[in-house]
Amino acid sequence: HYNQRDPMLKKRDDFEDVLEERRNSSDLRYALRCYTPVLYKGVPPCKSSMLKSMVLQSDQLHYVISQVSKETGRKTDEVQEEASAILDEMAHCQQLSTVRFFAFTLSKVFKSLFRSICVNEEGIQRLQQAIQEHPVVLLPSHRSYMDFLLMSYLLYTYDLTLPVIAAGMDFMGMKFVGEMLRMSGAFFIRRSFGGDKLYWAVFSEYVKTMLKNGFAPVEFFLEGTRSRTSKSLTPKLGLLNIAMDPFLKGEVFDVSVVPVSISYERILEETLYARELLGIPKPKESTSGLFKARKVLSEDYGSIHVYFGQPVSVRSLAEGRVNRRQFNLVPRHIPGKPGEDIHSFVNDSAYKLVRAQEENMVLKPWVLLASLLLQNQAAGPKEGLPLDELTAQAVWLRDLSRQYGAFLHWPDQMTPSEVVSSSLSLHRGLVRICEGKVQLAVEQGLAATPEEKLLNQAVIVLSCASYRNQALHVFLRPALLASAIHTASSTQKQEVFNSFSFLRNMFSNEFILCPGATVQDFEEASYLLVKTGAVQVSQQEVVVTEGGHRTLAFLIAMLDPFLQGYQVVCRFLCEEATETLTEKQFIPAVRKFIIKHLLAGGLRYAEVLSSDLQKNSLAAFLRLGAVQKIKGYVGFDHLECLVGPPSRAQNTTL
Amino acid sequence: MNAAMASNSSGGGSDRQRIAQQRLRIIAGHLRRPVDVDSTILAAECKAQDSKTDVSSEGKTVPRRRQEIMKWNGWGYSDTKFLFNKKGQAEFTGKRYKLSGMIMPALKDWLEDTFGTNLQHKSPATPILTSSAVQPPTLNEAFVEELKSTGIPFSHDAEDRVFRAHGHCLHEIFALREGKVGRVPDLVVWPNCHNDVVRIVELACKHNVCLIPYGGGTSVSSGLECPPEETRSIVSLDTSQMSRILWIDEKNLTAHMEAGIVGQDLERLLNESGYCTGHEPDSMEFSSLGGWVATRASGMKKNIYGNIEDLVIRVKMVTPQGVIEKSCLGPRMSTGPDIHHFIMGSEGTLGVVTEVTMKIRPMPEYQKYGSVVFPNFEQGVACLREVAKQRCAPASIRLMDNEQFKFGHALKPQVSSMFTSFLDGLKTFYITKFKGFDPNCLCVATLLFEGHREKVLQHEKQVYDIAAQFGGLAAGEDNGQRGYMLTFVIAYLRDLGMDYYVIGESFETSVPWDRVLDICRNVKLRIIQECKDKGVQFQPLASCRATQTYDSGACVYFYFAFNYRGLSDPVHVFEEVEHAAREEILANGGSLSHHHGVGKLRKEWMREAVSNVGMGMLKSVKDYVDPNNIFGNRNLL
Repeated sequence: HYNQRDPMLKKRDDFEDVLEERRNSSDLRYALRCYTPVLYKGVPPCKSSMLKSMVLQSDQLHYVISQVSKETGRKTDEVQEEASAILDEMAHCQQLSTVRFFAFTLSKVFKSLFRSICVNEEGIQRLQQAIQEHPVVLLPSHRSYMDFLLMSYLLYTYDLTLPVIAAGMDFMGMKFVGEMLRMSGAFFIRRSFGGDKLYWAVFSEYVKTMLKNGFAPVEFFLEGTRSRTSKSLTPKLGLLNIAMDPFLKGEVFDVSVVPVSISYERILEETLYARELLGIPKPKESTSGLFKARKVLSEDYGSIHVYFGQPVSVRSLAEGRVNRRQFNLVPRHIPGKPGEDIHSFVNDSAYKLVRAQEENMVLKPWVLLASLLLQNQAAGPKEGLPLDELTAQAVWLRDLSRQYGAFLHWPDQMTPSEVVSSSLSLHRGLVRICEGKVQLAVEQGLAATPEEKLLNQAVIVLSCASYRNQALHVFLRPALLASAIHTASSTQKQEVFNSFSFLRNMFSNEFILCPGATVQDFEEASYLLVKTGAVQVSQQEVVVTEGGHRTLAFLIAMLDPFLQGYQVVCRFLCEEATETLTEKQFIPAVRKFIIKHLLAGGLRYAEVLSSDLQKNSLAAFLRLGAVQKIKGYVGFDHLECLVGPPSRAQNTTL
Repeated sequence: MNAAMASNSSGGGSDRQRIAQQRLRIIAGHLRRPVDVDSTILAAECKAQDSKTDVSSEGKTVPRRRQEIMKWNGWGYSDTKFLFNKKGQAEFTGKRYKLSGMIMPALKDWLEDTFGTNLQHKSPATPILTSSAVQPPTLNEAFVEELKSTGIPFSHDAEDRVFRAHGHCLHEIFALREGKVGRVPDLVVWPNCHNDVVRIVELACKHNVCLIPYGGGTSVSSGLECPPEETRSIVSLDTSQMSRILWIDEKNLTAHMEAGIVGQDLERLLNESGYCTGHEPDSMEFSSLGGWVATRASGMKKNIYGNIEDLVIRVKMVTPQGVIEKSCLGPRMSTGPDIHHFIMGSEGTLGVVTEVTMKIRPMPEYQKYGSVVFPNFEQGVACLREVAKQRCAPASIRLMDNEQFKFGHALKPQVSSMFTSFLDGLKTFYITKFKGFDPNCLCVATLLFEGHREKVLQHEKQVYDIAAQFGGLAAGEDNGQRGYMLTFVIAYLRDLGMDYYVIGESFETSVPWDRVLDICRNVKLRIIQECKDKGVQFQPLASCRATQTYDSGACVYFYFAFNYRGLSDPVHVFEEVEHAAREEILANGGSLSHHHGVGKLRKEWMREAVSNVGMGMLKSVKDYVDPNNIFGNRNLL
């Protein structure tokens, strides 16, 4: 049972600040120093031209080329040339000189932006070991553009083989920067190439060739894109599928997957993301745009924590789960759709890896403050929290989160009030302290219309929410249980479980909830709530204790914005959506509906305006069968069952 | 093979002499036998059907009392073994092999470096079998009574029974060395001809006795293990006395033999008439013709002569339902599914093979060994693949990996002259320094060519030319010949290892060409990883070689051994690692077995290997042929 892995007992490594040395010695010498990374089985890195020809000469690609040529009637040479062009567009051409250039400039930039960049050196040692033994896949979390530059910077600093990074084509729009990134080891993939067999073949063969030969660690973002909300995103499986393939087909003994958690004390793109979520469109990546962003350089962004997790062996993940013999009956160069079992294996692995990222995310005290301030703000139009009360609440929450296993960096050498005030001062753009009372800085600016005023408020709220979201993974399961207890019609354990299971199912597009792990999650949540004395669980019943109400209230309030959000989207679908609606129309229409209700005062949470939540809820309703997709339109069936009490249709029993 | 080879090179004189000596030994053995009233052997010689064409019944190597010449708890002849002499040098005793009587100075260091063994730490075997360790026989009195009346010799002497209760799996030998004996046959019976077998099987059916056929006893699949759950009396049917060549047909190039004949006798006797079968499995000194048929054996020179299924023309097998056989000697038939394929690979579950008609060939005019050094295993495999593609494989071509190459070096006998050692040094220098081969990567292919002299030389050139395309360098005849000789000697080496806490085993598979490298790498790494996970304190030896080439794939042999000091249950750990290695083989597209068979050791994977329907087919054959499970060794199914 769950209590065997008490989150409190989770052992994590210590951090070292890599900027410290940069502040004390020459950046130039650092950029020009001798770089001699350890290699996988001593295999030297492969020249990009050599890599390209290996890909073009592979059996896999030959097969697909002749297949495409047969299907389209084009000449093989022509298709071959197209493949070669795709490869040119895609391939990295890492050059040490460019890397050195980045090492120099990034040192300057990082020093001016951040107080420190802390890295767990034991993780680096484990990575070094892993690189020598097996092909390595690096999976950093993705919260900022900075992420992959930072990763390469760190690997260079620690004399590790530089990774080759899968980047979205949008970077290619920035001509100069795109090429620079390419020379630092990025390769570019189109955002969508659904049916393009040839593209897929070139791309997957390119990645596999690098992995199989162990030329360099392959790095990509499991979440596919930067999370604008700081919540982990539902993992994308394409690249992970490719990365696991050489193992599944026996071409390598094992692949080591290393989840990396990068936590920013202050996110560079903070308000940018909030605006994007509110429907102010994302600026197209352009070089000039990047220079405009120079003003960000003058600000203080606190520290970054990078935690290199325990390398995960794909072999051990697959042990007892995948029957590798299925790949023995067809030549391996013939591409085939992965079967259901492989799909679910990769999916489960992806969730495990994202959770591993989450677990090692460093949380700053501000994350707790943001949670408290948001709850306070939603509780009603008050004057804000007195500073000492906020401090007291923060200490309470600190202890709770630690008991839940949070990787909290609370400077114990400072008094709690010092901690709180230094956090508030770093995030002074989001909070206001007025007469000893703290609240979110939501009443600023000269807004012409109430709607504009609301949107300005929402920018602050969403920015704050992005910090609260960093802690969501810690509280999520207990919060689901707390809400389940709250909504269940009785204290019967089965009843509570059904309610839990319903909520969990509904939110599985919103949060990282491993598929099929309902019972484990329920056990984990029960364990934590029981451990902290908030509830008592007997064979039959789940009862809230006298002292547990505070915890439960906090947890319920944490989930409430999401619950309200899903409800309002539901209401929108019932009340406003006439029969069918295109997907494009959905977001603007639902936003309008929500603004109306927020202004009318019927809805308390401005964060419901987040397009992320709206999209997730629609996806959930689609998945649950409440909504149907008809050739680009979205249609609605029986919504009643959703708006009503938790469905009893869930038959899982404990 | 070595016996045959050795006799070829050393001439006929010593050959005859040796045979004579052997006979004397056998006779002496009979004379020394303690008189035991209960286990009296009734020596009523049964005549083979056609004694006029009975080419030879001379020179039997295998006496009824195998223990007279063979070890009861290890491999091979009693007079032959590795040991460390007083000077601490490894020595190979006896006179039977080329290596016999020689000193191998490098072996000690190799053992110490490879396994972390220490000559001070010995794990000696129990020297003699204590009869009290053996359960008294459960005899079916009625069966014994009737058997007596037939005059067929039998025994329930403890040693005889223990000898027939095992093959040569590690766990079997390990238990014997510890003096532990499990379920053993209750009776051993030695039929002298086909008709004897018919009578024994009839009696067994009549009295519901379990029969387990026994040929050479070289099984490595737990095939000879008596099922512990068997409650009936178990009778071991030892075919060793049915070892005559009944006729040779020079017009059709076929020969008809009794199935108990062991490989070395078969080749030697045929050689006397100028023929050979060319079937030379590594176990041929001891394994029998019937055993080859029952396990689908494969011989080293299959590229010229074919595997057992290609060599067999006609088989006679006695089953509880009667005798199964074909009605003619036609070279090929279209008469429904080939009934021989129910017999071949049936592993003693359906009946006893008693007589076999087999193809023979005139003895090759010329034989030549050879060897090629490759910079790495990958290049070597690529070369073998090309050779197979061009269908120009010599009689034998084998590729050893780097670990085996080093092992081969460790078995080099002491060089007698300064000149040879200087020459060796020069060769090493040329290969590693001048050609830039990494001594920790290079690997060796050994070759054996056979046929007409000019053709052999032509063939040789073709193969060496291909090898050169893959960076191969010819490395001389000696290396090649030593490679093949080691095949016979290596089994003795396991006993030496077991004296010093090292246990090991070899196992095999067959795999398509495109997966050869992957399977070799993955299985070796899996072994190393499993050993680590299971708490083995020392780095294991995991090594492999490709021993056969086919059009579409190769046969791969793995060797695996480790030092078990510090483990409380080494055999269990060993079995777990071996199990994991087999899982890895199957996961990488390898077959369950290329020629060792399934036995009981690999039974758990059988259903998956042949599908449910396939299993059902085999079961229904068993149900028809042997409804009362008289042939109850419980192999295969």
